[in-house]
Amino acid sequence: MTDAAAVAMSPETVIRQMKQNHVTDIVWLPDSETNFLYLLMQADPDLRLVGVTREGHACSIAAGLYAGGRKPMILIQNTGMMESGDSIRGWLMGLNVPAVLMVGYRGYTRHGVNTDTAATYTERFLMAFNISYYLVESDADADRISVAFAEAERTKKPVVVLVGDEFHGFNR
Amino acid sequence: MMHTADLLNLFAPHRGDAIVISGRGGRHWIDISDTVMDIPLGDPAMGGHAGFGLGLALAQPNRRVVLFDSEGDLLMSLGQLPTIAEQAPANFYHFVLDNEVYATTGGQPVPNAKRVDYPGMAHAAGYPTAVGFSELGDVATALPGLLHTPGPVFAAFKVLPEVENTPIGQRVRWRKRGAEAVVRDLRAALAGRS
Repeated sequence: MTDAAAVAMSPETVIRQMKQNHVTDIVWLPDSETNFLYLLMQADPDLRLVGVTREGHACSIAAGLYAGGRKPMILIQNTGMMESGDSIRGWLMGLNVPAVLMVGYRGYTRHGVNTDTAATYTERFLMAFNISYYLVESDADADRISVAFAEAERTKKPVVVLVGDEFHGFNR
Repeated sequence: MMHTADLLNLFAPHRGDAIVISGRGGRHWIDISDTVMDIPLGDPAMGGHAGFGLGLALAQPNRRVVLFDSEGDLLMSLGQLPTIAEQAPANFYHFVLDNEVYATTGGQPVPNAKRVDYPGMAHAAGYPTAVGFSELGDVATALPGLLHTPGPVFAAFKVLPEVENTPIGQRVRWRKRGAEAVVRDLRAALAGRS
């Protein structure tokens, strides 16, 4: 086992968090960090996967699911999150949708010397939108996902979980 | 071309217990029906109504969901069509009001306004039923059957533009509830029935 694998967040852990928090639907667009997670989600009869072609679509779909009584979760990459700014504002924040967005943190480096502007602007974007967020990098961080769900429910606002990309836990 | 209000009045007797997302027809629909099952959201973020309708239809599979979308919204998010077709909610009726312009910004034409084949796009994306109407009489004939056709059903309606040039701050506010209250009220009503 490599050092990276030892500290990775496993897809099974993410699925367990989804179950613990009663997620019913995953609205998502594939990215390189989530392929193995996709296989697990697809095999789970209790999760509905709604694939989108652009990340902003995930916001209005999640809002509709929530309006109808479901508990959706959004799974996208940071690039798509930034693309989705107006949809996050209008469909999630504007309608008080307590969705958790699990966001692949492309370009993330723990030391902060980024070579990818996707990482450079991710947290600045979230701060500009005043969206609460948590960073997870390994299984030891998994309880932060539940913290995010609790906060979303309490505040009736979207909350982001950034998945540190450095260790590629989903993509083993 | 038909007037949106006439189209909505024609639809109303066939509505049944459907949830109606009034979309760009909202300011007329609110004079016809204003219950918790009527969803006037205004414009949370342009292009998203189809996604909202899809989500609601998936969440409430035993109830018809009728959305009055617009061609401007649709053009902004054409990628939602294959998502809707893939999910294939049998209870979803995706109606598009096509006035060929951006009416709320002064009436500028949408790109290639007179030549875009919206039903053709929906059909190509995988909708099993996709039709277009330009005359109200044809709608009157087809609508009852259309609303009993398993969805997702797509229908585009050529409607007269109702162009607004008044500065936004001076426009008459037709909505009686904020969008967040509309969603809250709907969730409460649906939970109460389950």
